[in-house]
Amino acid sequence: MTPFQVEIQVIMALVAAACALPGVFLVLRRMALMSDAISHSVLFGIVIAFFIVREASSPLLILGAAASGVLTVWLVETLLRTGRVKEDAAMGLVFPLLFSIGVILIALYAENVHLDIDTVLLGEVALAPLNRFTLLGINLPLGVWMMSGILFINLALLLLFYKELKLSTFDTELAAALGFSPALLHYALMTVVSVTTVGAFDHVGPVLVVALMIAPPAAAYLLTETLWKMLALSVAIGVVAAISGYWLANTLDTNIAGAAATMTGVFFLLALLFAPQRGLLAKALQRRRRRQRFAVEMLLVHLHSHEGTAGEATENCLAHLTGELKWQPAFAQAAVKWAQQQGLIAEQTQPLALTDSGRTAAQQVLNR
Amino acid sequence: MVSEYPIHVEDLTVAYHDEPVLWDVDLQVPEGTLMAIVGPNGAGKSTLIKTILGLMEPAAGQVLIYGQGYAQQRQQVAYVPQRGSVDWDFPTSALDVVMMGCYGRLGWFRRPAGRERAAARAALERVGMQDFAARQISQLSGGQQQRVFLARALVQDARIYMMDEPFQGVDALTEKAIVSVLQDLRAQGRTVVVVHHDLDSVPQYFDRVLLLNVRAVAAGPVAEVFTPENIRITYGAKVKLALKNGNGH
Repeated sequence: MTPFQVEIQVIMALVAAACALPGVFLVLRRMALMSDAISHSVLFGIVIAFFIVREASSPLLILGAAASGVLTVWLVETLLRTGRVKEDAAMGLVFPLLFSIGVILIALYAENVHLDIDTVLLGEVALAPLNRFTLLGINLPLGVWMMSGILFINLALLLLFYKELKLSTFDTELAAALGFSPALLHYALMTVVSVTTVGAFDHVGPVLVVALMIAPPAAAYLLTETLWKMLALSVAIGVVAAISGYWLANTLDTNIAGAAATMTGVFFLLALLFAPQRGLLAKALQRRRRRQRFAVEMLLVHLHSHEGTAGEATENCLAHLTGELKWQPAFAQAAVKWAQQQGLIAEQTQPLALTDSGRTAAQQVLNR
Repeated sequence: MVSEYPIHVEDLTVAYHDEPVLWDVDLQVPEGTLMAIVGPNGAGKSTLIKTILGLMEPAAGQVLIYGQGYAQQRQQVAYVPQRGSVDWDFPTSALDVVMMGCYGRLGWFRRPAGRERAAARAALERVGMQDFAARQISQLSGGQQQRVFLARALVQDARIYMMDEPFQGVDALTEKAIVSVLQDLRAQGRTVVVVHHDLDSVPQYFDRVLLLNVRAVAAGPVAEVFTPENIRITYGAKVKLALKNGNGH
C-alpha cells in the first residue's frame, strides 16, 4: 500500500465513524431521510457563505452549510406544523428547493469558480490526499484533520449527552416533563448531522454520506438490542464497509464513493438475511420450528384421543390423518417422522401408537 | 393566597389551532387521594394532564403544583404517558427504561450508577416484573410494558403521580396489580391522578373523580359527584340509556 492509499482509507474510515454516530439516532427517530435532505440542501448554505467570504476553500463555508442544514430542519418542521403536509412530503418539498436555488446561484454567479456541480454531487475521495494541511508540524491531508475533528465533536457530544439523547429519542414527553429540552437536543442533533454531512461530503459526496449515516445503523439495529452496542456496531460496520468499498473500487477500477456506498448496502443485506434473531433466515427457521411443533402436538392429541377406543385401528393410521387433520400425505408422513425422532410415537406405523413420553406430552398439551 | 394543594388548576383554557380543547377548567386535588379523570373521547383528558405537566401551553389560566409553577416542582411529579406514545422496538431493556425515571433527579450530564440500578430493580419488583429486567422491551406483552412504565414512575419517588390510561389494553391481572400499587401510593399519602376509561370500575378503584368534557362537569368525592345525572351531562344521552339498562351508579 502506498501512503496515498493509506490516507484515503483513513479518511474514509473517519467519515464512516463520524456518520454512523448521529446516523443511529436518525434511524431510531425515523428520520433517515433527513440526512438525504440535509446533504442536498447544504449546497444552498455553501453558496451563500461563498458569496459572503468569496473564497472556495474557506472553512466558513462549513458554517454556512451547517446553518442551511438547520434551516432545512426548521422549514420541514414549520411545514409539518401547518398540519397540511406529512413528514416525508415536507422533506421532499424543502430540500429540492434549497438545492436547486444553490444550483441556480452557482450557474448564474459562480461559474468560473471551483464550485462545480460534479464535485458537489459526487465528491472525489481519490484526490483528497492532495489537499494537505500542516498543524503542529504534522502534515496530513486536510480531510484527515477535518474528519478527526468532526468525529471528536460527535463522540464528545454523544458521551456528554448519551442519557439525554436516549431518553428524548425513546420518550420525548417524559424527557420534556423531566426538564430536558427535547427541542434543544433535536436541533443539537440536527446541527451535528449537518456539520458531519458537510465535512464528509466534501470528500466522499452526498450519496456515500447518506449511505454511511443510514445503512450501518440500520444493519446494527437488526443485530443488537442495546443502544450503546448499536452505536459501536454501526461504527464498525461503517468502517468495514468503507474500507472494503475502497478495495472493491481499486479492483474494479471504478469510483470509490460508489463502491463504498454499495458495500454499505451489501452489509445491510447480510444483516437483514442472517441477523441471529431478527434476520429473515432466523424468522423463517422460527416459523418452521413452530409449524413442526404444532403439527407434532396435533398428531399426539389426535392419537391420544383415539387410543384404546374401538376406532383406534382406523383412526390412528397414517392414511386417516390426511382427512382428519387436513394434511397433505407428504406432510402427514413428515409429522409422523418428527414425532418418531423425538421418541413420542413408536417406530411401528400401523396403527400409530404413542410412547409413554408421547402420552405425557399429549396430556401436557391438553392441560395447557 | 398560596394554594397548598398538590395540584391546583385555575381557569385553565387550552386551545389547539384556535379550537378550545379545555375550557375554563378549575380543579383542586387534595393530598393523598386517588383521582380518576373520565370523559368521552376528545374531552381533553390527556390535554389536561399534559398541560399540568407543562407539555402544553395554556391559552389562559394557570396550574400550580404545591403552590408553585411546574418548572419549580418537577421533582414532585412522576408521569406515566400512554403506552402507545413510544416506540417499543427501541434497543433497550426493561431495567434500562425503568432507570430513565431517575434521569430527572440526576439532571444534565450525570450518569445513572449502581444506586439508580438498585432503585430500578426494586421498582420492577414492586410491579412483579423482576424476572424481566434484562428483557428487550419489544418482547414484553402490553401489560408487561405498562408495568415497566409504572415502575419507571415509581423510581421517580414523587409526591404526585400522573397517569394517562394505564389500563389501556392490559389484562385483568395486570389491572389488579397496577391498582394495588396505586392504592399503596395513596396509603403513603401520595396523590395519584389517572385518566380512566371504564366507568364501571370508578367507584371501586378511586375515591375522587373529575368528569370532564372540555369543561369540568363535576369534581369531588366519587360518592357525591359520580351521579347518573353528571355522567349524562358529561357523555350525552347515549350513555344515560346504557346506564339505565345496566347498573345505575
